[in-house]
Amino acid sequence: MIKGLVFDVKRYAIHDGPGIRTTVFLKGCPLACWWCHNPESQSPLVEMLFMENRCIACGACLEACGHGALSRGMGCPAADPLRCERCGACAAVCCAEARRMVGRETTVDDVMAEVERDAAFYEQSGGGVTFSGGEPLMQIDFLDGLLRASKARGFNTALDTCGYAPWEAIERVRARVDLFLYDLKVIDDARHRELTGVSNELILSNLTELSRRGHAIFLRVALIPGVNDNDDALRAIGAFASRLLNIKEIDILPYNRLGADKYERLDRAYKLAGTLEPPDERMAAAAQVLGGFGLNVRVGG
Amino acid sequence: MMTGRVERLRRQSLEARPYISTERAELVTEAYAQTVETTSVPMRRALVFRHLMEHKAIYIWEGELIVGEKGPAPKATPTFPELCCHSLGDLDIIDSREKIPFAVSPEARSVYEDKIIPFWRGGSIRDALFAGMSPEWIAAYEAGVFTEFMEQRAPGHTVLDDKIYRKGFVDFKGDIDRSLERLDPANDPDAGAKREELEAMRISADAIVRFAERHAEKARELARVEKDLGRRAELERIARVCTRVPAEAPRDFQEALQYYWFVHLGVTTELNTWDAFNPGHLDRHLHPFYRRGLDDGTLTREKAEELLHCLWIKFNNQPAPPKVGVTAAESGTYTDFAQINTGGVGEDGSDGVNELTYLILDVIEEMRLLQPSSSIQVSEASPDAFIKRAARIIRTGFGQPSVFNADVIVQELVRQGKSLVDARGGGSSGCVEVGAFGKESYILTGYFNMPKVLEIALNNGVDPRTGKRIGPVTGDAAGFASFDELFAAYEKQLHYFIDIKIAGNNRVERLYAERMPSPFLSILIDDCVAKGKDYNDGGARYDTSYIQGVGLGTMADSMTAMKYHVFDRKTLRMEELLGALDRDFERSERLRQMFFNKTPRYGNDDDYADDVMRRLFEAYFEAIDGRPNTKGGTYRINLLPTTVHVYFGSVTGATPDGRRAWQPLSEGVSPVQGADRKGPTAVLKSVAKMDHVRTGGTLLNQKFTPQLLGDEKGLDTFVSLIRTYFKLGGHHVQFNVVDGATLRAAQRNPDQYRSLIVRVAGYSDYFCDLGTALQDEIIARTEHGSF
Repeated sequence: MIKGLVFDVKRYAIHDGPGIRTTVFLKGCPLACWWCHNPESQSPLVEMLFMENRCIACGACLEACGHGALSRGMGCPAADPLRCERCGACAAVCCAEARRMVGRETTVDDVMAEVERDAAFYEQSGGGVTFSGGEPLMQIDFLDGLLRASKARGFNTALDTCGYAPWEAIERVRARVDLFLYDLKVIDDARHRELTGVSNELILSNLTELSRRGHAIFLRVALIPGVNDNDDALRAIGAFASRLLNIKEIDILPYNRLGADKYERLDRAYKLAGTLEPPDERMAAAAQVLGGFGLNVRVGG
Repeated sequence: MMTGRVERLRRQSLEARPYISTERAELVTEAYAQTVETTSVPMRRALVFRHLMEHKAIYIWEGELIVGEKGPAPKATPTFPELCCHSLGDLDIIDSREKIPFAVSPEARSVYEDKIIPFWRGGSIRDALFAGMSPEWIAAYEAGVFTEFMEQRAPGHTVLDDKIYRKGFVDFKGDIDRSLERLDPANDPDAGAKREELEAMRISADAIVRFAERHAEKARELARVEKDLGRRAELERIARVCTRVPAEAPRDFQEALQYYWFVHLGVTTELNTWDAFNPGHLDRHLHPFYRRGLDDGTLTREKAEELLHCLWIKFNNQPAPPKVGVTAAESGTYTDFAQINTGGVGEDGSDGVNELTYLILDVIEEMRLLQPSSSIQVSEASPDAFIKRAARIIRTGFGQPSVFNADVIVQELVRQGKSLVDARGGGSSGCVEVGAFGKESYILTGYFNMPKVLEIALNNGVDPRTGKRIGPVTGDAAGFASFDELFAAYEKQLHYFIDIKIAGNNRVERLYAERMPSPFLSILIDDCVAKGKDYNDGGARYDTSYIQGVGLGTMADSMTAMKYHVFDRKTLRMEELLGALDRDFERSERLRQMFFNKTPRYGNDDDYADDVMRRLFEAYFEAIDGRPNTKGGTYRINLLPTTVHVYFGSVTGATPDGRRAWQPLSEGVSPVQGADRKGPTAVLKSVAKMDHVRTGGTLLNQKFTPQLLGDEKGLDTFVSLIRTYFKLGGHHVQFNVVDGATLRAAQRNPDQYRSLIVRVAGYSDYFCDLGTALQDEIIARTEHGSF
């Protein structure tokens, strides 16, 4: 039985493809975008999230930890990341859900049982299942199993990807993907490396290949103030996208700060501290720039 | 588009402050004093009604097209001393309370002191009702196990069908006369009583016609002195309309609306019936008049819209009668629950949506008034465009219209024994209650506090709030060896209190049947005239009594928590749980958090919790459904709260779902506030697991952020969400489209948010008029955000 690491399953996802959908989030991503609002999705390992404001200082986790990784601090127990084995014993006893394990190892059958629950809603709305992440292509065997199982049930499938994966991985699953939700960040490669940690060469070539082969694609551009919201960056995206085939839609998604405090909970630095969400006028202006390239633009995805 | 006149009348209605008008109380007292005791009761009530219709002052406001008002000004509110005679203390409370006040002038106070109270003191229905109840009933009532709907308001809960658009009161009198002729005193021992009732109906029919004529006279009088020629023509037209209806059947759109409004005033002046009164399927009934008017050129779309606006404003001018005590707590609102239905299915099952449906939806959106309330009746046969049009109104965030499953309503009514045609002519009214319109008396008799019964079961028959034993001995909860034993104890307490409630209801039904018949209302509901029986005495074709279950979510989660931790996993001892509940979770915060976060909960499409919910539903159903009432009818269940979940919560200690003592219970069939963590599809699936068809209405609240309905895709998704819930068998869903931040801001700065309307239960209300506990509760209801 193929297993995979999933960190969330969201029902009633209405921004991840047509209709009412369930989005399955696979853990692990080869990129580390500055603005990532799911930083807990990046590591391919199980992680522990601590929400101090929820902690009731009951001390149950101290007793549960078999690795001596927790010590009584000034109220809330503090964790020593070097000793923590990520076994989840503390989270299991944490009634207040202050300690939560991000990522659970699961099977295709288990995920599909959850996906199955909203089948009536997919049928009514023309929805289905979306695999997102992280980067789902990083767990290619698991993803392939999920897509095969989804197709066996007749569900519409969408794959939300950053595109940074060997072509062979995409080649293996693409026939079972009804819609690609493909992220574009910036076209300038040096800037891309700086912001995400990787080159966009592979991303752009995979996108070109998919479009050439006739796959339905929604491009997704997260508009990050001070990063890619200037007209030059948008024009570069527009010019690239307008040369592709089968781009059904280009969605611009406003940057949101919801992820900012997750960095704190994961004990990591947030490089965009102080960045504000783009105002509606900025979103409309960006839509106009991209629309100028003859693209079908939607704000908000 | 609102015309200038409509804008003016609407503003006048919005700005008017409710106050007590003593006119009705004085006239009723006069009439009772004039009629001799030997007059039969129905006859006496008819004479009271006639006195009111003949002597009530007549008002026609500037610019009005639909005329008739209950008091001398918009929101001047009559009282009903024969049902509940307010004491001076009551009047002071009504005048000064923070929420839902009615101003009481010094003059009104002295009228009460000098005339009303001396006549009625000790002699109202309310006095008789409480005086005759058993000690067990009183103990349960005082503990907050149930409420009593008829302690200051009359049985109502009925809706009109299409008969007034086909017949005038002259025709109804013909029907009454035929019934009188058929009486057979030699073979029917009830013939005498029937004669009295039918004669009373006859007097009432004449009285309403006289009431309309007086409006015609007033209009003619105003027309004579009116300088503006346009207005003079309008007044002359009003005079002609009021001469025609309700004596005879209406011929055009304006006559039809005016006819309904006279009937509405008649019913709600005769007695203060619950749920006011309402025209039901207005789009269906008015459509022939609308179409004919457009075809022959006597009506335009704009004129029809203006007339509908005028009717809407009339509804809004009439607050619910002032309530006191528990009734004020269970139904704390100015809204009187008239619910206009749109859509649904025709007699033959075909789509009931027509061109007027869309015009009425426009009116709902433009008027944006508390009253009347409105709903869409969605069938498989309904077009998506209809739901989408309604969704555009829903997203503006004032909680209207609410959304009903027309096909399931038909099934509910047919299961209860109605004919298919009568069922299709029915719909929803009040909050979510179903009825065969024009043919049924469906009485809500009181709310029932399920979690309180559990609390009593966990305390072996004792109410821990007072320490009094009010239920039977069902065993020490700490000694229960299995979940089934716990459940059996709960069921035993449940049956005990339902028995008490029904025994009390039987008395109340007889009280109204014998002392407070309503001959005018009886003319309007089949088959009172044919049977010669009053609406309050089994005259209706169908007679249903409801006991409205409250706190299903709290119950489901409480029972699930005990099943899961105490009996299945055995990780918690019952003594420990009982101790924690007793201490209101003091020093047991970890346990409380465990109930919130580490326990299956109803509303997440989790079969473990949902199965417990179903079992509780079945237990409630079995305890009530099918029992006879005193009117030849039957008891049924429904699940709705109005505002009683706050009152019931305030008398119920901590519960095993982690709810602290005295906090609100869950409302309707909704999950516990904040317990649903998997989004709206999971909520809908959980709720659909109960068999809605075996109820007479369930109420589900969903709170959405405005963004979810922001664009076309959002609206389409919304339509799919509703359609799927209804395919799964859901009865009703309503949406509060407002974000938590706005509500919190409104709580802090009420003055800036006076116009903010939110969905409460089966109705909308001004957020700032709600008590703080209810405001908090609405904020806590899960807000399904965008994912």
